Amino acid sequence: MAVYPTIPPKEPPLGERGAIAWVRHNLLSSPYNIAFTILGIGILYLIIPPFVKWAFLNATWTGHSKADCHPGGACWIFIRAKLDMFFFGFYPHDQLWRPKTVIATIVALVAASKFIKGFNKLKIALIVMFPIYAYILLRGGYFGLSPVETSKWGGLLLTLVIASVGIVLSFPIGIVLALGRQSKLPIIKSMSVFYIEFVRGVPLITVLFMASVVLPLFFPEGVNFNKLARALIGITLFEAAYVAENIRSGFQAIPKGQYEAADSLGLSYWQKMGLVILPQAIKVTIPNLVGTFISLFKDTSLVMIIGLFDLLAMVTVTANDRDWLGMDTEGYVFAAFIFWIFTFSMSMYSKRLEKKLDTSKGK
Amino acid sequence: MKKFLKLSAVAALATATLAMAGTLDDVKKAGVLKCGVNTGLPGFSEADSKGTWRGLDVDYCRALAAAVLGDASKVKYVPLNAKERFTALQSGEIDVLSRNTTNTETRDTALGINFAGVMYYDGQGFMVPKSLGVKSALELDGATVCIQAGTTTELNLADYFRSHKMKFKAITFDTNDQVTKAFEAGRCDVLTTDASGLYATRTKLANPDKYVVLPEIISKEPLAPAVRHGDDQWFDIAKWVRNALVTAEEKGITSANVDEAKAKSTDPEVKRLLGVEGDMCKNIGLDKECFYRVIKQVGNYGEIFERNVGKNTPLKIKRGLNQLWNKGGILYSPPFR
Repeated sequence: MAVYPTIPPKEPPLGERGAIAWVRHNLLSSPYNIAFTILGIGILYLIIPPFVKWAFLNATWTGHSKADCHPGGACWIFIRAKLDMFFFGFYPHDQLWRPKTVIATIVALVAASKFIKGFNKLKIALIVMFPIYAYILLRGGYFGLSPVETSKWGGLLLTLVIASVGIVLSFPIGIVLALGRQSKLPIIKSMSVFYIEFVRGVPLITVLFMASVVLPLFFPEGVNFNKLARALIGITLFEAAYVAENIRSGFQAIPKGQYEAADSLGLSYWQKMGLVILPQAIKVTIPNLVGTFISLFKDTSLVMIIGLFDLLAMVTVTANDRDWLGMDTEGYVFAAFIFWIFTFSMSMYSKRLEKKLDTSKGK
Repeated sequence: MKKFLKLSAVAALATATLAMAGTLDDVKKAGVLKCGVNTGLPGFSEADSKGTWRGLDVDYCRALAAAVLGDASKVKYVPLNAKERFTALQSGEIDVLSRNTTNTETRDTALGINFAGVMYYDGQGFMVPKSLGVKSALELDGATVCIQAGTTTELNLADYFRSHKMKFKAITFDTNDQVTKAFEAGRCDVLTTDASGLYATRTKLANPDKYVVLPEIISKEPLAPAVRHGDDQWFDIAKWVRNALVTAEEKGITSANVDEAKAKSTDPEVKRLLGVEGDMCKNIGLDKECFYRVIKQVGNYGEIFERNVGKNTPLKIKRGLNQLWNKGGILYSPPFR
């Protein structure tokens, strides 16, 4: 019996494989494409080498004071000297173990949540307990901890407090508002619509400014409502309107058949919404929601105008230290880097969540 | 218009709270002095690496706390920006405003605050790049000017250019840092702010030698701490703590030799100042050693000046107008008698 050996397929020609093919197809496929590639390389050439030179090659990494820094490069020892202030603001220096413990707890909880499967009572208990635990530890005044006023909280700590409280509280309020807007009861509906449209028509900076400069004028002399609380209320109420609109878009994406099916099963309004519509609607809106939360995270810097010192404001403060004048650029680059880490991990997490919750069969 | 509305709102409130008094008791009860400072102005109000506030304005708060509470460290610093500072004072969020604030007629009257004696005589100046080749502010016709919004700087600039029939284009920013960055990036030809700020700004620039400060000083900017209308006792305390700092320098009393002066000095005014004789402190409602503690814990005016902005600091500001009246400056205190 004759054996017919199969001839292995020929490799594609040199121009169609490997790196060369990628470059040809992606960078040089048409005259326009070629022009844009050249333009892009040109721009990168203008930006990257000077930045690398400034941030790494000419940078100063060791030393103790401004005098140790050589000119023409970044002075990273400034960041090291001010690290505690970037992270914790004016939190008393001898009490820094408290915010550090809170952050360590967050890391531990996130790591542990990988091992606790599902959404059970333990997790809910932890989620409810954690803010109380964090507040007691940070604010003090109990269990022999010396009190630390919220006006001393600052830096990244404050950014995280504002962002997480804003996200956690605006979410349920947003759901209620979205439900209200979909409601068939005219008063509830018009109130929700009015609230959402009013808040979305006002810039956040105005809300904060009103809360800090105008509100105190209406209080009786000597009554001082905590600044941080004022900011938190402002941001939460502001953000809730945006969350509500995100969730409404989710409601509208759910086919009518789902509503009708739930009705025909005899489910009550809350059962229908809680068991059928909301889970699907929220799933659909995850990318939008995370987008809103990311912008909320960045918007926290606006609290600077009411005299709270978030990460960005701390850069301004530290760069005005007479021993470190002129270090603004290093500070801002560092702050940008930290902001990027957080926003990027948020969008990564949202991607993962989308995949995990994806029930479509098309894949 | 907007500014006018804001001003009238604050002024209306000022009249409404005129009858309020008792700041001294409030401060004593709280055990801490709430002092409004700048969010960051090198040499005047700045935070060091441990988050401790320091500077010339900050030292005034410390002096006041030393006199009233007996401990210069019992101060709660409330960092404020230019816009919110008067509201904070009006609403009682702070007890005293020590935030490089220029004493002006409108502020002293319509805004409902009292200025407690000048801590620093400043004046507005100009800084330009050397490459511009300008030697005098009178050559600045048609220039683009970077300024900070909401300060007297803005108004002085307009006045100066108008009175010399020159034109300018203003670019305003919210914070001093933004002004500096914009100037360095070449968005404007001229940077203008108080002379003290110009020197600090110059050290911040990447190449300080490329810029010059022009000789003209176009305004009087007496920077003074301020308190609310309606509490004369507290106003007296604020005034005389400042005067004590100046008188101490005049008499050569420093934080180092104050104990010796208290024990040995034969100068009757020194004796009255340090509480050996007379009722100076009692007159303002404090205990006998109130000014002694100020000098002991914070030092005299000269010490404060040199420590924060003087020739051994990066700012290297000369005493100039802020020298004592008998040494060529205009710093003056009424006698302790």
